[in-house]
Amino acid sequence: MKSKTIVCRCEDVTLEEIEALIEKGYTSMDEIKRITRCGMGQCQGRTCRTLLLAELARATKTHPADIKVTTFRPPAKNVKMSVILGGIEDEQNG
Amino acid sequence: MNRTAEIVIIGGGISGLATAYNLAAKGMKDVVVLEKGYLMSGSTGRCGAGVRQQWGTEMNCLLAKASCEIFENLNEILDYEGDIEFKQGGYLLMAVTEKEVEQFKKNVALQNSLGIKSVLLTPEEALEIVPDLNIEGILACAYHHKDGHANPFHTMIAYAEAAKRLGVKIYTYTEVTGIMVEGGRIKGVNTNRGDIYTDKVLIAAGAWSREIGAMAGVDIPVRPERHQILVTEPVNHRLGPMIMSFAGNIYCQQEPGGEFIMGHGPAEHETYSVTSSWDFLEEMCRKAVRFLPYLKNIRVVRQWSGLYEISPDAQPILGKVPQVEGLYVATGFSGHGFMFGPITGVLMAECILGLPTTIPIDKLDLGRFERGELIFEPSVV
Repeated sequence: MKSKTIVCRCEDVTLEEIEALIEKGYTSMDEIKRITRCGMGQCQGRTCRTLLLAELARATKTHPADIKVTTFRPPAKNVKMSVILGGIEDEQNG
Repeated sequence: MNRTAEIVIIGGGISGLATAYNLAAKGMKDVVVLEKGYLMSGSTGRCGAGVRQQWGTEMNCLLAKASCEIFENLNEILDYEGDIEFKQGGYLLMAVTEKEVEQFKKNVALQNSLGIKSVLLTPEEALEIVPDLNIEGILACAYHHKDGHANPFHTMIAYAEAAKRLGVKIYTYTEVTGIMVEGGRIKGVNTNRGDIYTDKVLIAAGAWSREIGAMAGVDIPVRPERHQILVTEPVNHRLGPMIMSFAGNIYCQQEPGGEFIMGHGPAEHETYSVTSSWDFLEEMCRKAVRFLPYLKNIRVVRQWSGLYEISPDAQPILGKVPQVEGLYVATGFSGHGFMFGPITGVLMAECILGLPTTIPIDKLDLGRFERGELIFEPSVV
């Protein structure tokens, strides 16, 4: 069942993979993110960030508030390069 | 935590981990690696992931060729259950000035003489490799099919896991606060989790190497420089090689997963900051779309940044530190620490064990700055 429980939908990361890493001693969100890509897909962890946090809190018997959360990186939403470049043109045209 | 060690390696990036693995593989016991953050928190985990052999000095060509050959077999060497995702799609270097064309000719001749089968291409020939390339303004290209890129996270974990199986202890969230030196010899290191006694220390601390060196009374002349990167959404594969322009100051590659990763490197103020800026995003998009117009319809997903450790001649600093017995250094890669990592591990392990090194590294020692024997590499971003 755990092999079919998807934690990160963008990158197809299962609960089984995450538990295996915790077992190996990778107990930070940052490490698990980088090894599995959990939270690195197109939605940038909007769903899986809290799921991963909850799993880590349970596995390490730590209060969720005491776990360091991965960095929220810009841009907040996916943006087409043409939109970013369009903004430059708009400014230049006044 | 260990209270004694045969060697303490300061820095859990690719250089430190690869050296730890090679030392343990050659039989050294009690190898300890100290990392002040989590694994992959430093420069290796933030890098552009490129691995190339197209260099402009003999030293760099030899180091890069040897490193690339290790990358080719790294999953097997380290018995890694995952995949370091080494993709050899080549590097296509684009010359946009006459001066660059001349340099490329010299570089390719040098590379060929050392067994690196790079070629000079006309812009039209480059289109056969990257059909979507906008060749306007490109005068010539250099291409080597064995260059490529690897996944830095998996490469580090592969080294870390292999090292641990051989008994190496890796302590994360362990920050070095001092180095004990007595009578010109290493005695140990102080950390936020207690002291470790040892007679050997390797400084592999990237952008933080100068601060660490100062703890032993040694000046390691590297400075931190922030470089930014972005990644796009994954799309179908249409870019084989890493494309790169030195004068245009840009590199761009497509990952095995379909995402494009790209960076450009304006000179930034000396800083330890790893924040991201809007300016970068605009300039990066402009530069990328100039070479690959189809990118305009692709979405940017994430930006981040990391630190280069720039040495006075943009070359690595490797070897023994003559002022302090038992002190070694592997730093100063100036943005190329990841690609040189596998060979750095081999050479530093040989150096520390007092063995002859596979490739001579005496010219890369710390003393070259005092002697005024700097080595200038013409081909860097």
